[in-house]
Amino acid sequence: MLSAWLNAAVITVGNGANPSLSAAVHQARAGDTVLVIPGTYKEAAIIIDKPLTLLGQNHPVIDGMNKGHILDIRADSVTVKGFHLRNVQQSYTKDFAAIHLFKCSHFVIEDNVLRNSFFGILIERSKRGYVRNNDILGEAVTEQSSGNGIHGWHSSFLFIENNHVERMRDGIYFEFVKNSVIKGNKSRHNVRYGLHFMFSNDDRYEANTFEKNGAGVAVMFSNRISMIKNRFRLNWGSASYGLLLKEIYDATIKDNLFYKNTIGVNADGANRIEFSGNRFDNNGWAIRFLGACYGNKIIGNNFVYNALDISYTGSINGNVFDRNFWSKYSGYDLDKNGIGDVPYRPVKLFSYIVHKTPETIILLRSLFVDIINFSEKVSPILTPDNLKDNQPLMKPVTENAES
Amino acid sequence: MLKILKYSFTDLMRSRWSYIYFLFYLTLGFVLFFLNTDLTKAVITLMNIIIVLTPLIGTIFGVMYYYSSREFTELLLAQPVKRHTIFAGQYLGVSLSLSLSLVVGVGLPFVLYGIFASAAIWDFATLLMIGAFLTFIFVALAFNMALFFNDKIKGFGAAIILWLFMAVIYDGIFLLSLMLFNDYPLDKLALGATMFNPIDLSRILILLKLDISALLGYTGAVFKDFFGNPLGMVVSLSLLGVWVALPVMLMLRQSSKKDF
Amino acid sequence: MLKVKDLHKSYGPVNVLKGVNIDFKPGEITAVLGPNGSGKTTLLKSILGMVIPQKGAIMLDGASILGNWQYRDKIAYVPQIANFPGNIRVEELIRMIRDIRPGAGAYQELAETLKLTPFFKKKLSALSGGTRQKVNLVLAFMFDAPLVILDEPTAGLDPVALIILKDLIAEQKARGKTILITTHIMNLVEEMADKVVFLLDGTVYFHGAVQELKEHTGRDHMEKAIAAILEKSYA
Repeated sequence: MLSAWLNAAVITVGNGANPSLSAAVHQARAGDTVLVIPGTYKEAAIIIDKPLTLLGQNHPVIDGMNKGHILDIRADSVTVKGFHLRNVQQSYTKDFAAIHLFKCSHFVIEDNVLRNSFFGILIERSKRGYVRNNDILGEAVTEQSSGNGIHGWHSSFLFIENNHVERMRDGIYFEFVKNSVIKGNKSRHNVRYGLHFMFSNDDRYEANTFEKNGAGVAVMFSNRISMIKNRFRLNWGSASYGLLLKEIYDATIKDNLFYKNTIGVNADGANRIEFSGNRFDNNGWAIRFLGACYGNKIIGNNFVYNALDISYTGSINGNVFDRNFWSKYSGYDLDKNGIGDVPYRPVKLFSYIVHKTPETIILLRSLFVDIINFSEKVSPILTPDNLKDNQPLMKPVTENAES
Repeated sequence: MLKILKYSFTDLMRSRWSYIYFLFYLTLGFVLFFLNTDLTKAVITLMNIIIVLTPLIGTIFGVMYYYSSREFTELLLAQPVKRHTIFAGQYLGVSLSLSLSLVVGVGLPFVLYGIFASAAIWDFATLLMIGAFLTFIFVALAFNMALFFNDKIKGFGAAIILWLFMAVIYDGIFLLSLMLFNDYPLDKLALGATMFNPIDLSRILILLKLDISALLGYTGAVFKDFFGNPLGMVVSLSLLGVWVALPVMLMLRQSSKKDF
Repeated sequence: MLKVKDLHKSYGPVNVLKGVNIDFKPGEITAVLGPNGSGKTTLLKSILGMVIPQKGAIMLDGASILGNWQYRDKIAYVPQIANFPGNIRVEELIRMIRDIRPGAGAYQELAETLKLTPFFKKKLSALSGGTRQKVNLVLAFMFDAPLVILDEPTAGLDPVALIILKDLIAEQKARGKTILITTHIMNLVEEMADKVVFLLDGTVYFHGAVQELKEHTGRDHMEKAIAAILEKSYA
């Protein structure tokens, strides 16, 4: 390995001498660097089967001419940096990508620009790799005819950082991906989810921005996921969420901002989740619990100006609401200890009714609804007696979320 | 008719109740800004108040005006003036003076705080327009009640009950029936029931102007499809127009058949 | 001039007019009399178009008035009680009525005679009943209408005003007008009326000259004549 490094050569592509990237890759030996000078290269299905560094100078264009993958990486220690990749074949049977990694480790994919790529970066059965500072922009209209921006499958220890993904199917998709970090990415305007987890455990995503995605962010059938300091914004639509949780256990949701989403967090079978330091601001529903949700802790969050704070169906026993700030709280604090003397009930009778009969939402903000909410507040009959915040804060929690 | 309108209007504009009503909205406008400086939020708070209050005030003023000017009406009836002219004139006089109190009272603070430069201007304009519609509708309904009952107490009671029905009871029945027929597709029913109550219709029209409209869409595409597109908007506004026209026609019919 | 033919009016189950036939002639003062509830006011209001009869016809100068409104241009009406909008001043009310109803003549002289001029700037709510009645008189007599209807015009008037009222009525008669009057003051009837219509139970019990009524009942006093009719009918 060390000898390979010492003998490493630089092969320049373009400039007359070496017109073809494929040929250069073929010709290179393990550990070499292939430098591509500016220009347009019409090449596809370039197979990289040895450790190489591919460097683009001022983003040379590799045009895949809609024929399969563009870069098909099957070796460890490959770096791809500074390219403009475009025109990947669309297929209903095969997932063609601008950059396809298969059984790789120690890879770095950075500073690339991807356009009209069916899938952007497709990572399969790989581990220990970086994907950072890439800019992926698609033209997705429907879920069927589009691919994901960054797609990980059966992989681990991936670091997805500071990428920008727009108008794909899912911005970032993880399926059976473990011990990975997604940080500082921007994922917007994707047809389905900004970020999508399936059967992926022990991952962390942090300080990302998810905006105006078809259905927000989905974390499904996954355990021990940390979600920290992310911004879930402006996912407004009849079936949009900031964050959709489905059958997940032991997650941490901390210091996030949920701003103007139809539903801030839609929790369907979410258990032992800790919500803290989050700000729920101007959402239709802040948190909506569906199905069985047990052992969740909602402590020290700010709920401000949401149409409905909490809504639930069935039993949500064992959930704790404590020391949150609720902008709708109208109690008092006689002993001036910063904690309201009267408990706050985040589930309004109306949100209970809406949950049972969704069509009743059409009565939102009607006088009758105000009246029944008030009477229920005075003497609860239908809403669960134990669902309350016994120590509602008088002032908002200091927030760590980046705004 | 314009002459009758003019006299009813000036008569009302001079009454101290008009001033109180005007001052109420003026104070409300300033207080809203004092409490929060965000124009959009102020518009939302204002909506809640306008939806409840304009129908109530329209009802009370309508009934009060009718009964207190009954003798004067009889004086007019003995003059060579058409009955329709008298009642249409009085009705317009009351409705216009109330609408004016609303528009100027609420409008003044908003103008001072720069509504014209704000993006909320259209929401605000819609709100005032709907407030005016509700005034016209409920004054007409109140006149009908007053024409129907010679007894002042009965007429007043009936008008208030009608308001209570439209503002509260209707929604209660609406909500209960939606819950009872939970197993059936309810979108169309909900849409229909909204159309038949001007207060609900107004509420939905204003909600649609606000971001909150996505919540309505959540239950099914029907509301959003209907209210969200320009046609739905036109239909809804026309329906409010019908809600003015029908009680006014009924009022004129009643007036031409009534013995004084 | 004014013909009432087979006029029927009921309020719900109560039949107030049961086929009234009267012919009013120009230049005559007709007093419409009858006990309470006999249908006097209903008859007048039917003529004014304020009450809509179920059956029958009312013809003014040969044309039916039912359902019309233009004919009221030919009527000057002094109502029984007058509550006016309280916020308006006397002169404003007069101006308003002149504005609404074209063809008004001078009123200053009449107001002066009635001693109403000092009240012109007063709000109507501040006036006494008698003064309001004077306002009513001005409102009616400033129009030169061929049919004059007075419903209890003497209510609240002081003796001086009463004399002026009588002069006014006499003057109207002299100008050939048809005058209808209801009153409970029999002196006024005896003094001024040419004809008496006596309504009883919704029908015309008697229609004729004052003298005929006395002869008919065999009494030489109006009040006694009326009492005789009532005694007979309740007996």
